Order: sequence, then C-alpha cells, then structure tokens
Amino acid sequence: MSIERSEEFRPKIVAFCCNWCSYAGADLAGSSRLSYPAEVKIIRVPCSCRVNPMFILRAFEKGADGVILCGCHPGDCHYTSGNFYARRRMTLLFSMLDYLGVENGRTRVEWVSAAEGVKFSATMNEFVEKIYSLGKNVRLGDIRCRN
Amino acid sequence: MYQIAKEKLPELFRKITRTRELYLPAETCGQVNYAPWSEDAKVDLDTLKTVKSAKDAFFPQSENLYTCYREGKKISITPQVLKEQQFVVFGMKACDLRGVEVLDKVFLADPVDTFYAARREHGTIVAMACQEPEDSCFCKAFGIDCADPQADVAVWMAGEVLYWKAESKKGEALTDLVKDLLTEEKDGEDKVRAEQVRIRRAAESLPYMQLSLEGWGGDVLEEKFNSLLWEKLYRPCLACGTCTFVCPTCQCYDIKDYDTGHGIQRYRCWDSCMYSDFTMMAHGNNRNSQMQRFRQRFMHKLVYFPANNDGMFSCTGCGRCVEKCPQSLNIVKVIKAFAAQGGKTNE
Amino acid sequence: MQELIRRAKELLADGTVVRVLGWKAGDMPWNPEPAFFETEDELEEFVYDGFCGANLSKMMIEASKLDGKTLVCLKPCDTYSFNQLLSEHRVDRDKAYIVGVGCKGKLDIEKVRSMGIRGIRKVEGASPENAADTLKFETASGERTCAYADAMLCRCHVCKGKEHQIYDELIGESKDTKDRERFAEVEQIEAMSPQERFSYFQSELSKCIRCNACRNVCPACSCRRCVFDSNKFDSAQKANVDSFEEKMFHVIRAFHVAGRCTDCGECSRVCPQGIPLHLFNRKFIKDIDELYGTYQAGEAVVERSPLTSYTFEDAESGIVAERG
Repeated sequence: MSIERSEEFRPKIVAFCCNWCSYAGADLAGSSRLSYPAEVKIIRVPCSCRVNPMFILRAFEKGADGVILCGCHPGDCHYTSGNFYARRRMTLLFSMLDYLGVENGRTRVEWVSAAEGVKFSATMNEFVEKIYSLGKNVRLGDIRCRN
Repeated sequence: MYQIAKEKLPELFRKITRTRELYLPAETCGQVNYAPWSEDAKVDLDTLKTVKSAKDAFFPQSENLYTCYREGKKISITPQVLKEQQFVVFGMKACDLRGVEVLDKVFLADPVDTFYAARREHGTIVAMACQEPEDSCFCKAFGIDCADPQADVAVWMAGEVLYWKAESKKGEALTDLVKDLLTEEKDGEDKVRAEQVRIRRAAESLPYMQLSLEGWGGDVLEEKFNSLLWEKLYRPCLACGTCTFVCPTCQCYDIKDYDTGHGIQRYRCWDSCMYSDFTMMAHGNNRNSQMQRFRQRFMHKLVYFPANNDGMFSCTGCGRCVEKCPQSLNIVKVIKAFAAQGGKTNE
Repeated sequence: MQELIRRAKELLADGTVVRVLGWKAGDMPWNPEPAFFETEDELEEFVYDGFCGANLSKMMIEASKLDGKTLVCLKPCDTYSFNQLLSEHRVDRDKAYIVGVGCKGKLDIEKVRSMGIRGIRKVEGASPENAADTLKFETASGERTCAYADAMLCRCHVCKGKEHQIYDELIGESKDTKDRERFAEVEQIEAMSPQERFSYFQSELSKCIRCNACRNVCPACSCRRCVFDSNKFDSAQKANVDSFEEKMFHVIRAFHVAGRCTDCGECSRVCPQGIPLHLFNRKFIKDIDELYGTYQAGEAVVERSPLTSYTFEDAESGIVAERG
C-alpha cells in the first residue's frame, strides 16, 4: 500500500473514546449501521481522564486537524469521578489553546453513553464538518511531520 | 581604511543581501540576538551583548543531519545539504571571535565536522570593536583586545561614522562587493587609533578585567578536580542550561531522532553538561551528581581544554553567563573562590 | 539585615538549627547568590537586600533530606510556595525553621541596566531597612538615581501582600508594592484577535533557548524526574527545534503547575530571554478563579487543589467557545 498524497484537504481527526461508554457507543453506531466519517480515527482509552493534555497537543503536533474527547456522562463514570477531572482539565486546556490563538473549534469534549450510537454518529459528522470549515491545522502542527 | 556613515548602513545591508545572507544583532520582543537581516528587522548595533552568542551562525542550536522517509516498504534517506550560500555575520565582538577560534579547534580538527566546516568556508565575519565594554566583561584576562578585533573585516563605530578595514581575502572580497557605498578615508587609521585608546581606557577601569587566571591551565587537573571547594560552589546551581546556551564556546551536542510519522528526522542539538542526561550511556551516567556536572563545566573551560590545546582556555570572558545566571553563579566567582583559597591576591 | 544575622547566629549557637539558608554577598552589589551557612564565621558573608529575589522555598526540598533543622529566610510571597510544597509533602515542616523576612519589593538588575545605569559600584536604598523611593547608584561614571518602583521585578507590581502565610518568627517590615492589576496583562491579550494572539506568543516563544531555567527554578515543578527529561519522549528537552517545540513545552509546563502555581513569578525572573512566562500561569489562575471559584495556591496547606477536585455542576468545555 502506498501513501496517497492528494492535494484535496482531508482532515485527520483523532477521537479519544473511553472504554466503558463512548467506545461502546461507537460500536453501537457501527452495529446499528449508522455512518460516521472515515476521517475520524478512534483511540480507546480506559477513561476520559486518562487523556493527558499532552495527548491532545501531540495529536495536533503529529498532524491532526481536530481532536475530540468522548467519555461517560457526568455521574456515570465507570470509576465514579474520572470524567469530572477530565472536564476541568480539558476546559482549562482548551481555554489556553484559545488564548494562544488556536481556533477553538478544533477541540471538543462530548459525553456519549454506550446506548447513544445515534449521538456518536451525529457528533462525529458535525465535528468533521466543523473541521472541514476550519481547514488545515497550521498553528499547532510540527513542520517536520508534514509530507 | 574605508568609512561609511551610520545612517547609510541599511543601504550597505541591502547591498550585501542581494548576493549573500546576512546575520546581525536585531531586536525581537525586547531582546537582541543574531538574526537574518530583513527590511523590517530592528537592527541594534549599540547593544554590546546579544543574549545568545554568534555561535549559532556556525554551529546552530539544532540542525538536521539527515531525513528518512518511509513509503510502504521503501525507505529513502536524504542527507542534509551542506551550506552552499555565502553569508556574512556582521557585528561580532572580539570575544565572540575567540569563541569561533575555540570551535575551530574542536570541529576542524580530525575528524572534521563537515557541517561546521561548510559554514566556516562560506561565512565572512565582520567584527566590530566594542564601543562600551561592560561590567561583566573580562576578555582581557584571556588576552583579548576588544578594541582590535581580528576577523575578515574589522569595523569601528566612532560616533556617526563606521570605519571599515578588510583583514583577509574574504574580507577584501566583501569590501569589493560594497565598495561603491564605502569611501576612502586617509585619516582613518588615526581616527581608529584614537577610538582604540578610548576603548582600552574604558576597559581598563572595569572590575573584572584584571581577573587573574594564575593557577589554571592544563597541568592542574588533579589538584583542581579534587578540590573540596566544588561542594560549596555548586550548591545554588539550578542545573539549567542558561550558561551553556549563551556561551560562545560551549560545543557539546547530542544527536536525536524525531519520529515524523512517515520517517525519521535525525538532528543534533546543543547539549549542556548541567543536564542530568548529559553523556548518558547504556550503563548510566558518568556524573551522577550536580556537583560533578557543575565541576565539569569549569574544569572543561579552564583545565581540560587548555590541556589539549596548547594552553588555550575555552572561556573568552564575554560575561554572558555572568549576566544571565538565574542564581548569580558564574565562572568569575569560581575563579575568585579558588584564588582566595589558594591564598593569592589577584584583585 | 544585622538583626537577621544576629538571630541566625543565636539559633545556630543554641542548636535550634544546624544551618541557615539565605543569601551570600556576591562580588558585585547586584549579584548575591542563595547559600547555606553552617557556622557563625560563614554568616559574615550573609546579605539580604533588594537584589535577593530568589525564592528559597524550593531549596528546602533538598534541605529536608539533610539531618537537622534548617533556618530558611522566606519573603511573604515565598511562603505561599512553601505552603504549596507542604501540601504536596515535598518539604518537611519539622526540618524548617522559617524566618519571615521583610520585603519591600525586589529589584531586577536587567531593568536597571536597561535604564543605562552601568558600572555599578555601590547601591543605596536597596535594603529593606532603609528602602527609599529612590535608588542611588554609585557608578563608574558618577552618581545615578532611579525610582525604586521602576527597577522592581514585574511580579512585585502585582504583589500578593505583605503578610507571611507561614513562619516561626518575623524579622523586618514588609510593604505591599502592588500598583497594577494582576490580570491586566492577561486581559489585554484576551482582547486581541486570535491571529494577533498567535503572533504575539509565536514571537515571544521564538526566543526560547530551552535552557529549562523556568522549570528548574519553579517551586511547583518539583517532580523527581520531569517528563521532558525522559529519553522515551521525542520532543527534545534540550534544544528548540522548531516553533512548535517551545509551545508544547511551555503549555504543558504551565498546565502541570495549574492550580498549584502560586504566581511567585520566578519563571519570568530567571528567563534569560525575558519571555513573560507568567502570562501562561496567570491565564490558568484567571480561568480557575472564574470557573471554579477564587483560589490562591499556597494560602494554606490544603488537601485538594482545583484540578484534583470537581463539582457536578462544573462548566462544560464548550464554555471556551461561548465566551468568545
């Protein structure tokens, strides 16, 4: 397989999904034959609070155009409180990125339960649309990672 | 001897950049560092000391060595192209020139560092005499005359006039390139001599200029290495790399790989003996305490380097570390502490 | 200062402490260095004046591992850092004898230099006992003066107050030197357009030489091994490689100390390139204040900081976009 290099902009989107809710939600979306864009690459994490701010920055550095974090709804965390910590962290991180002049639409947190296949697919569709409208991530990418 | 009015310098720079790259002290966000010249660069020739030395022009803080690119099962390796473009570094001071001499001893000795050699070959240095030497300067201790820089071209800024003297073949070539902007000055030699007298007098009065290096050199390794003084001196050291990164002679580097997702970028970057992973090897680290790392820096400059280079110290007395150390530690304090302990008076 | 030395000698003599952590006179009036003193003789070199800006609380991590008590001189703002280190169990309260020293604002030699005052031989008005509104410098080219406030470190303009948060005894008077709004600079940046903000930080951070002084001096950066020193991590900790590297380092560093940073301002003081690093930390502090309630790290020894606690009603991260 060779690497295709087309001129047309196709965003790379990283979705961190918690093992207990959102990943199962994505699974449900699949088994319900709901579609979501192929631009989204899912990374399964044990809990939304496993996502360290460095993960988000690294994803952007290595070429992601958008990063979304999905976890259990507040109060439903498998570990009782992980998503609460994640919420505070991500809010502060996103605010910092905004402060640095990075478009704030490139990052997002969404709570998706194991039963919300429909929400998962709708969220991803909407997020990908948003990233298409924002265009390529140039402010946070590392020039060495460009082709 | 030629001269050019200070106000005409932008024209000179413009002329040079038509055929060559030009690096000179310029201000960004309140700090003066060597930077490429452009029309809107805020050139600052009055600030004596740039934060970083001019070392970057020949030995950049980080530079690529080669790039690997992976496509399926095919891997291609592209070596970094060596410097081919002629360039000029304008405004280097006498201490920075000594810094380049030190780097030459390291990188041009066998095995020659090709990246450095290419930059040296294509670079022309326009050195400037110090207008106002500062408190932290102690170049005289290393036998450097800040009023008489020896480079491809030497320039002196006296009031609103810049005097220009080519001192090498490369310097003459550069002079020819900009000759239509320069005017011959018959009295130039005299004016420069007068300026030199003024500068030397100013330098004489500075507190560190009389610093004595007695007791240092290549033959005192055991004595200095085993001194108990290091245990006291290193205590406030933060283990940051400020002193090494602003230094015109620190030449240690590390080679690292960066995963680009589609290959590897191999690059080298300055290293600092103050860092815990300096010279880290498979078995661990040679120097496992900050005292040892701190000692390494000063022993290298004042003992190891002279031992291997006919007595030449690898400190130039530029005083950048004196100004920038967050804890106000520096090589002058180290030298003075040893002198005081040795019972010698040298202030 | 004499009172401090007298007291230190007394405490050394009666065995209350076995060493003193303070400042030693430099070879110039403006470059005292942090130092440990173990004997009365050594204390002859003790100095405390306006140029003793260094926050000594982080050095207590090492001192806590030594035998016996250490007398440590802490300025009002340093005591916040000490409390924070206590909260994180990085220093041992029983190993410290805290002398709260008076502070009337600390001086920045770079600011003095930038006013063209060079060749300084002697300074008058810099010690807290006789702190004057005007500093007098005896220089190689005659006498020069400048307003004390003009030569102050930028952190002193947003002074947290003259009260020590923790101490065993107090020596000397302090003064609240606040004459600016703490969040004014942050608000100014927030008011810019995203493009302007990006260019602002880009050019400030492009100066970064990755010396790590900001990290090494920071009392909140007290990890035994920093993530940026890991050789498993390919973002080089040693050199600036491209514009992104510095952003990564500084954002993550500020994030790692968010909710724990007392805003002591050491990062900006030590930066050899004069990058206003406190702007990152202060942005986090401002956000925490606005979103989770006013919080001052180090005001007291606490169990949980804002990032290690939560409420059910916390704002969703979408608020960042909504605020605009």
